[in-house]
Amino acid sequence: MTDTPLQRTPLFDLHVELGGKMVPFAGYEMPVQYPLGVLKEHLHSRAEAGLFDVSHMGQAWLEAAPGEDAAALIETLVPGDIAGLAPGRIRYSLLLNDDGGILDDLMVTRTPDPARLFLVVNAACKDADFAHIAAKLAGRARLVRLDDRALIALQGPKAAAVLARHAFGADDLAFMESGTFALDRVECMISRSGYTGEDGFEISVPAEEAEDLARRLLAEPEVAPIGLGARDSLRLEAGLCLYGHDIDTTTSPVEAGLSWTIGKRRRAEANFPGAARILRQLAEGPARKRVGIKPDGRAPAREGTLVLAADGREIGRATSGGFGPSVGGPVTMGYVESGFAAPGTPVTLLIRDKAHPATVVALPFVAPNFHR
Amino acid sequence: MSTIRYTEDHEWIRDDGTVGITDFAQKQLGDVVFVELPQVGQKLERGEPFGTVESVKAVSELFAPASGEVVAVNTELESEPELVNEDPTGEGWMIKLKLSKPDELKGLMDQAAYDSHVKRATE
Repeated sequence: MTDTPLQRTPLFDLHVELGGKMVPFAGYEMPVQYPLGVLKEHLHSRAEAGLFDVSHMGQAWLEAAPGEDAAALIETLVPGDIAGLAPGRIRYSLLLNDDGGILDDLMVTRTPDPARLFLVVNAACKDADFAHIAAKLAGRARLVRLDDRALIALQGPKAAAVLARHAFGADDLAFMESGTFALDRVECMISRSGYTGEDGFEISVPAEEAEDLARRLLAEPEVAPIGLGARDSLRLEAGLCLYGHDIDTTTSPVEAGLSWTIGKRRRAEANFPGAARILRQLAEGPARKRVGIKPDGRAPAREGTLVLAADGREIGRATSGGFGPSVGGPVTMGYVESGFAAPGTPVTLLIRDKAHPATVVALPFVAPNFHR
Repeated sequence: MSTIRYTEDHEWIRDDGTVGITDFAQKQLGDVVFVELPQVGQKLERGEPFGTVESVKAVSELFAPASGEVVAVNTELESEPELVNEDPTGEGWMIKLKLSKPDELKGLMDQAAYDSHVKRATE
């Protein structure tokens, strides 16, 4: 790491006021937990509604030059079918390098204006992502970074009812749909999406309005502030990838179990970065696969834990792992050789040099509760 | 009331050899989700790691405050690791040692010394 000073989001003062324990994360000072604690914050988000500051993530407009189509342009960088998205619809997609390795995962929203798309990328990758996109599409499109906007996630089974009190009609959004709403008279872009496996929303709001908005939402009896700790355990139980851990440039979408993000038309056209390697893996099957691993005992198996076959041979490695509060026990995600990827396969986890029995399971660990 | 003494690593030990982690330590760790303890009969030297305590956030090693043989372990913690948070100096105890060098306890901090140690750690 460099000694660049840490950045703060527009909600920094509010986090401190709420007793948030601030830690460095992706170049920002972010709350890892509040006085409620990671465990209760996690359970609250599954039962009620949690408010997450995700303003560190990168928001941008991709604006196509006259005569160009923004969806067609972004499709040269991602394997998703973006041109087939209806206006207002969101797609989870992957920014790929020429080998088909994953540079980042991102959300792409089609707007009513065919000349522009709304992008949300990971905080730790945003500078590299935006430089990559701008360079690849130079002369045909430009990126307009929305560094003057905060991003607030409201997640949980009560999120829709809470938000509807502040933004008329926001609860009519479908899952993975986005729209512009007056949220207590402030114009916001609201997406029905999230990173918890629960129903929920992500609200893009002008920075200067963010704290007031967060306070109004937190004043609702169902809403509690949730830190990065619970955000991580929620997404892990939901089987969602964390970039830099479960996916990176050494993993392909097929190995990562993200083949579903590769559009049918895109497969036929075979014109996305790394298409040759990815389509070969799709046809032949990858050598390794991302799987869920459930330790039989109580010891959590964290990132880096070796996965062994019955004969002691190393067959993989954990990429995320910890305690799953809703599962009530340890949960792990990682890559194993494809021969060991079938749910039910017994494996061994080497935790602090001790062998612990575990079982390969289908992801997610907790059934999703998305709005359909 | 038995005497309780403390290590710089935030373990406590009573003069009957019972060992655990302090209230300050459990607060720093956050929600404890797993505790790994030694077998009864294991012999420990002072300062030797004897187990791990794992919270939602981190894994921490446990160090023997004094030398001795493990004569009891708190098996309740296998199914209820949260006892470490709820009652760190009571039901959240971890092991009991039969001290082989009881004089070692004299080298540990008493309550007043530990309180100022915590104060320094939080400043």
